Amino acid sequence: MNNKRINLLVDTVRMILIIAIAVALVFLIVFLTSKDPLNAIYSFFIGPFTSVRRIGNIVEAASPLMFTALAVIIIFRSGLFSMISEGSFFIGILGAMIIGISCPLPAVIHPIVAILVAGLCGAVVASIPAALKMKWDVSEVVTSIMLNYVVQFFAIYMVSYHFRETQSSSLASLLLRDTSKLSVLIKGTRVHSGIIIAFALCIICYIFLQHTRLGFKIRIVGDNAYFAKNIGINVRTIMFLAQIFAGFIAGVGGGAELLGMYTRFKWTATPGYGWTGIVVALLARRNPILVPLGALFIGYMNVGADIMSRSSDVSREVVYIIQGVMMLLIASESLLQDWRQSLIVKEAKKEEMQHLETGNEKEII
Amino acid sequence: MEKTAEALRLQNITKVYPNGVIANNGVTFSVNYGEIHALSGENGAGKTTLMKILFGEEEATDGEIYIDGEKVRITSPLMAIKMGIGLVHQHFMLVPSLTVAENMVLGIEPRHGLSIDVDETERLVKEASQKFNFSIDPNKKIRDLTVGQKQKVEILKALIRGAKILILDEPTAVLTPQETKELFIELKVLKEKGYTIIFISHKLNEVKELCDRITIIRHGRTMGVYNLSEISEQEISRLMVGRDVALEIIKKPPKPGKASIKVRDLKVIEESGKYSLKGISLTAHYGEIFGVAGVEGNGQLQLAEALTGLGSYQSGTIELDGKEISRFSIGDIRSIGVSHIPEDRMISGVAPHLSVAENVIADKLNFERFVKNGFLRSQSIRKFVIDIIKRYKIACQSPDVSVDSLSGGNIQKVVLARELSSEPKIIIAEQPTRGVDVGATEFIRNELLASRDAGNTVFLISSDLNEILGLSDSLIVLYEGEIVAFFPDASKINEEDLGRYMLGIERQSFEQISEAYSE
Repeated sequence: MNNKRINLLVDTVRMILIIAIAVALVFLIVFLTSKDPLNAIYSFFIGPFTSVRRIGNIVEAASPLMFTALAVIIIFRSGLFSMISEGSFFIGILGAMIIGISCPLPAVIHPIVAILVAGLCGAVVASIPAALKMKWDVSEVVTSIMLNYVVQFFAIYMVSYHFRETQSSSLASLLLRDTSKLSVLIKGTRVHSGIIIAFALCIICYIFLQHTRLGFKIRIVGDNAYFAKNIGINVRTIMFLAQIFAGFIAGVGGGAELLGMYTRFKWTATPGYGWTGIVVALLARRNPILVPLGALFIGYMNVGADIMSRSSDVSREVVYIIQGVMMLLIASESLLQDWRQSLIVKEAKKEEMQHLETGNEKEII
Repeated sequence: MEKTAEALRLQNITKVYPNGVIANNGVTFSVNYGEIHALSGENGAGKTTLMKILFGEEEATDGEIYIDGEKVRITSPLMAIKMGIGLVHQHFMLVPSLTVAENMVLGIEPRHGLSIDVDETERLVKEASQKFNFSIDPNKKIRDLTVGQKQKVEILKALIRGAKILILDEPTAVLTPQETKELFIELKVLKEKGYTIIFISHKLNEVKELCDRITIIRHGRTMGVYNLSEISEQEISRLMVGRDVALEIIKKPPKPGKASIKVRDLKVIEESGKYSLKGISLTAHYGEIFGVAGVEGNGQLQLAEALTGLGSYQSGTIELDGKEISRFSIGDIRSIGVSHIPEDRMISGVAPHLSVAENVIADKLNFERFVKNGFLRSQSIRKFVIDIIKRYKIACQSPDVSVDSLSGGNIQKVVLARELSSEPKIIIAEQPTRGVDVGATEFIRNELLASRDAGNTVFLISSDLNEILGLSDSLIVLYEGEIVAFFPDASKINEEDLGRYMLGIERQSFEQISEAYSE
């Protein structure tokens, strides 16, 4: 067993442990608060698999998270910590809505145009903190978080004053044109063709980061910006491009979400997928290929919590506690490090013995 | 204190780092009172780790520590200090803006109510410097001291804290020959007074001159303890490396061609308004190794940064391969055929979490061989890197392992392999063998010589006198941002003379210096 194998083993066990702790936490909360705990537990864990519609719900819930998680991964991989995926996602919804309501286009072409516009809107929003960072070295953490509020209120203003359904008592936009809708893939669910885009983007992002020049440059910059500078990479430009690219993906996610799941814009605040996207990105260990797993898991938890709140006396907020705890656990780097260390020590000693037996002293020359 | 009594014993120390590297493997190390004991070995052999364990900075995986025959557990530097152990780091741990006296009592300040008792502090420091015969003005600020003086402060700092066992980690690496001599005299005085000194070094001539006994370690194991009167330098180096090593640098005479680097009246002004380069001019040629000697911090860094495009300069011109570079980006300069081996490889030499292969090709993304239409050509890259690993003898399991799992010498080889495999015409090499073991040092020097023989320029910046004198064909000395000496033939100077120029004691005439940029 070499170090790579040991790391893989420890990481896997660690992930299982984190999930186990999360599950145990659900049990604990439910048993402490519910009058009918067994029913609540059953609803939470088994409920999401009891019908095709509910399984569909898991996929539907995972879809937006995949987009935001990919955006987060690309930004993190470039060494930045921008929270812009939340804002880019929301502005993507707005962009797709405007095209969906006001541009008469033929079917098939309509959603494609709307989603591309959504992506562009996301990229434009992401370019603001990116440009501030590039030009004046303004912290992208601060500007992106503040900008998210600007985006939120801008979108609500646009809907309220320019696209509002006047017949509705609550805030809602006009109906989207039918031509703009994304088609449903599985009968009896709302699983829409946007999920195909999500899966495709996971693969594209993986290839992009691992196998293209630009992706490679992003990884170099993210790993050691001084080194990147030293070998002639324009660090600021690469960081800028990574943020734009991420904003585009998040924007596409917003567009796909609107056109696949809704008939009109009904949000009064940003839905928070950007934040949950961070949890998914960390669960996926910043690897695009693992994003679907992380997103489906969080989707499953959300659907389970929904069903539980409907069919028992435990509220759905439980799931936020679990997400919070999981994030803390994922972030605790030293979890199981002692075990990893002892495995490595054992391995190193064994190797040493073999060297002694074969009589070859390891020459490091 | 009896002369032969054992002051300290490290018994069967084993240390395995989290990345699986066995730094120490059952090392036993014992030191007597009143002796200067050398601890020698290649870099990466485990000397520093052993001392870190003794000083409580690292915990041993296995093994025992005895002080005065008593078994102890040292878990923090504070405990080590209490037990009378003092460590003088290679990189000084001083506060530059405070005075000598303030630095010495830092953490153990004599109090006067809530404030520091200034008189008592001064008395303490004066008493100590008289007792040990160290002449430094206690009221001077640290930042105004020379490297040698800073080191004295570090040693006094340890003594004032009651150290009986003093560990010096490569103390002469930063000193000029004159300063080294002074240090040795002081250390011998300390020895007379019954102090125990552990002298970590791989400069064998110094070890021979100063120390009584030597413990040699190799690959984390003790190779034996010897009286220095009974062992030759050649034997020591064989025990350290495991084979015979050429201590001398052997090279062919240079064949200088046309000018490759032309610097004229280069001035660099720091943000603080200080001139770090006060208008220097030089010309280096193809087919030669152009050396830049000097005590660290005399403008070498700024010169390297100006040449590579990493730092800016306020006035003057730089021509590389006939091209004026003032408007060039770092990437543009590299595409002229300039390579750069940076001083601190972990900070600017590698991307530590990326693989060996990725690190080797990171600067070659414009080669169609490795990148086509924006996509990396994995097959071709892999083949190339496997060749490189063989050629540069980089010890790693595969091209896919991350660089931070390699030893220091191997990381430096990765840097060297990358920079030399880009077919450079001009190589800016800053301290290329610092922190690298003897075997790898020999290899790196030979590679630089080979590149010079192939007609390239090696611009060598080094504070290792042996290296700069051995490798350079021509040589300048930088002192406080000025060229104070130029030697067209570096083989004609000795360390003593060079040391005087480095310290600013001597300075050549204007005519001699201006030869550095004669056409």
